[in-house]
Amino acid sequence: MNIIFLTLGVSIAIALVFLGAFIWAAGKGQYDDLETPGHRMLLDDYDTDKKKQQAKEETGK
Amino acid sequence: MSDARAGNAAITENIYYDDDIVKKFIYATIFWGAAAFVVGLVAALQLAYWPANLELPWLTFGRIRPLHTNAAIFAFGGNIIFAGIYHSTQRLLKTRNYSDFLSNFHFWGWQLIIVGALVTLPLGYSHGKEYAELEWPLDVAIAVVWVVFAVNFFGTIAIRRVRHLYVAIWFYIATIVTVTLLHVVNSIEIPVAMLKSYPVYAGVQDALVQWWYGHNAVAFFLTTPFLGLMYYYVPKAANRPIYSYRLSIIHFWSLVFIYIWAGPHHLLNTALPDWAQTLGMIFSIMLWAPSWGGMINGLLTLRGAWTKLRTDPIIKFLAVAVTFYGMSTFEGPLLSIKSVSSLAHYTDWIIGHVHGGTLGWNGFLTFGIIYYLVPRLWNTKIYSQRMMNWHFWIGLLGILLYYISMWASGITQGLMWRAIGENGQLVYPDFVETVMRIVPLYYVRFAGGVLFLTGFLLLIYNVWITIARAPRGERAVAVQVPSRSSDVTDIGTGHRKLEALSVIFTVLLFLAVLAGSIIEIVPTLAIYKYLPQTAKTEPYTPLELAGRDIYIKEGCYVCHSQMIRKLPYDVLRFGANSTLEESMYDRPFQWGSKRTGPDLARVGGKYPDMWHLRHMIDPRVITPRSIMPGYPWLAAEKIDYHILRKKLSVMKMLGVPYKDEDVSNADINAEKQAAVIYEGLLSQDPSLESVKDSEVIAIIAYLQSLGKKTSPEGVATSNR
Repeated sequence: MNIIFLTLGVSIAIALVFLGAFIWAAGKGQYDDLETPGHRMLLDDYDTDKKKQQAKEETGK
Repeated sequence: MSDARAGNAAITENIYYDDDIVKKFIYATIFWGAAAFVVGLVAALQLAYWPANLELPWLTFGRIRPLHTNAAIFAFGGNIIFAGIYHSTQRLLKTRNYSDFLSNFHFWGWQLIIVGALVTLPLGYSHGKEYAELEWPLDVAIAVVWVVFAVNFFGTIAIRRVRHLYVAIWFYIATIVTVTLLHVVNSIEIPVAMLKSYPVYAGVQDALVQWWYGHNAVAFFLTTPFLGLMYYYVPKAANRPIYSYRLSIIHFWSLVFIYIWAGPHHLLNTALPDWAQTLGMIFSIMLWAPSWGGMINGLLTLRGAWTKLRTDPIIKFLAVAVTFYGMSTFEGPLLSIKSVSSLAHYTDWIIGHVHGGTLGWNGFLTFGIIYYLVPRLWNTKIYSQRMMNWHFWIGLLGILLYYISMWASGITQGLMWRAIGENGQLVYPDFVETVMRIVPLYYVRFAGGVLFLTGFLLLIYNVWITIARAPRGERAVAVQVPSRSSDVTDIGTGHRKLEALSVIFTVLLFLAVLAGSIIEIVPTLAIYKYLPQTAKTEPYTPLELAGRDIYIKEGCYVCHSQMIRKLPYDVLRFGANSTLEESMYDRPFQWGSKRTGPDLARVGGKYPDMWHLRHMIDPRVITPRSIMPGYPWLAAEKIDYHILRKKLSVMKMLGVPYKDEDVSNADINAEKQAAVIYEGLLSQDPSLESVKDSEVIAIIAYLQSLGKKTSPEGVATSNR
């Protein structure tokens, strides 16, 4: 059962690392804006690529 | 690469994403997926119809089942995770992957490990720890490839062009960091031979570490990476933002902090101390809330676009996957309640629960992502929408057949096991009676598997034709991304690469320090604290140890538990409840997680040696309706006496109280004990000359020792 100290220890270490990551993220402003990131990830699709694809779809029809 | 355009050099630049690596991982996903499903189907058939074991060692259920689980989780699941991560991370961070070389090293390394598993598992080289069966050289290889993946991923984060890390990236980070630690901690083992090792942990220690690992393999290999993929591909496929970005952040952080504590729910009602069981149960129930928050978040992303559920097969796959995520994460905490577990544990209910998660959540999400990615990566359209729809409906029907039949089977058998009549006796004392009742449901499960595989064959054909008809010879398309030179911290790409190194080093340093301290702590925890108790339990004799290793090699633990729970009907059926002392020298522990056959913790002395011999060669000679495969080769293969000295010396090093002469005479003592058993058998049946020194003798010695090694003050050793 002493092994529980290992699993507890590792689990706590992981938790602490993620706590640090959370503090870092919040401090860096990762969560200041909780609206636009959801929208922005949709917009990444490139100009050149998309135009080309649209052009292809149109000619395809 | 950074051919900045004149005029707006400071604002944008053109780069190329590495889509080749994504394509490779997709091919691998499909290839290994087919393999994993076919092997699963074989296993399902073997349970319904035992002659399907064919009496071939490498095709027997005990070896096939680990092959199926490893292939499904790490080959099929692993490859789609890597495909999705490499694809989405580049786009979310607006940069090419850190290093093409590392990407390819990762790809080929992972495939080689899978091939290694494909060869070693059917040959019986196994740790005997669920989802961690691979022997030590492959464990080392996994650690190396995983670290390469980590370097590549954190390098990509470091050279990103977008400061903000989208929530999917956080899920990937949690996966990479946590899986590293889980794998390292659970795989600390001492090699005995090229493909044989013993874990440093024994008994309950091993059980705790194994299920800490096992549960988190589900959490951080089958859940967090797939949630990251969900948060990227569901909005992308629906072309609308995630329902609530805020909720996704809450989902992530609460999962990360709660998941790691839930492992002991795999050990409810066992000899594990109650407080540890309760801890695991409470954290499991706490998981309900964040999991459902995430599930609702995924589904409501389709708000205002529900019509796509009818028209877009990709959305169908993704929406059903998220629904199964909700069902599995409802059922999981439910099963973690001690009283529910007392019914469901060791039954097919657990198998159904797992497959709801893997086929429904992981499988359908994977299919949705493949159908989303293939046309985009190959710059074409999917060959057939109709075929996608057919895949969806056939696959869904397959999952439902699987799930429902396993619920029925698990609950039926669980109720039969616990049925106690008015006279205080078991209503179904004959174990095989409870098995016969559920065998018809095994055929239903098999049919479900056939449907699921049929749907997948449609995917293979559809993807094949799509790629075959895709335009050839087109160069990769450049994408316009914000230029790094607009970033004040940047002094050119060379410097960025160096900067990347600092992030990589920080992460690696953390992992190294943690792994190092674990390796330092483990021996003290695992060995010395055990020594004062040694008076109670005798270690295995060399022959019993040899038999135990054959038990592990044949995968007996996938159908037989060695843990009589503290429940009246377990005690009535199998004898006094198991204690921690009884498994204190067990490396690995063999408490098991499923009872397709009866518990063996107290089988020692219950039947004569001849019974075991006949039963191992052909179980139906003893139990006419048994579904256990026969193991005739055990009566032909000879015991490897030679390695026993080495085995005992490793055990002694790990703290098992063998004397020096025990180690140096290990082979002689084993031969002596084997001769006694052999002569006993021969005196009853003179035709048995050929079993001299054969493996079946060793396994008989081991089985006869079960429940007999601990002195009466520890626990009663009577049979029943």
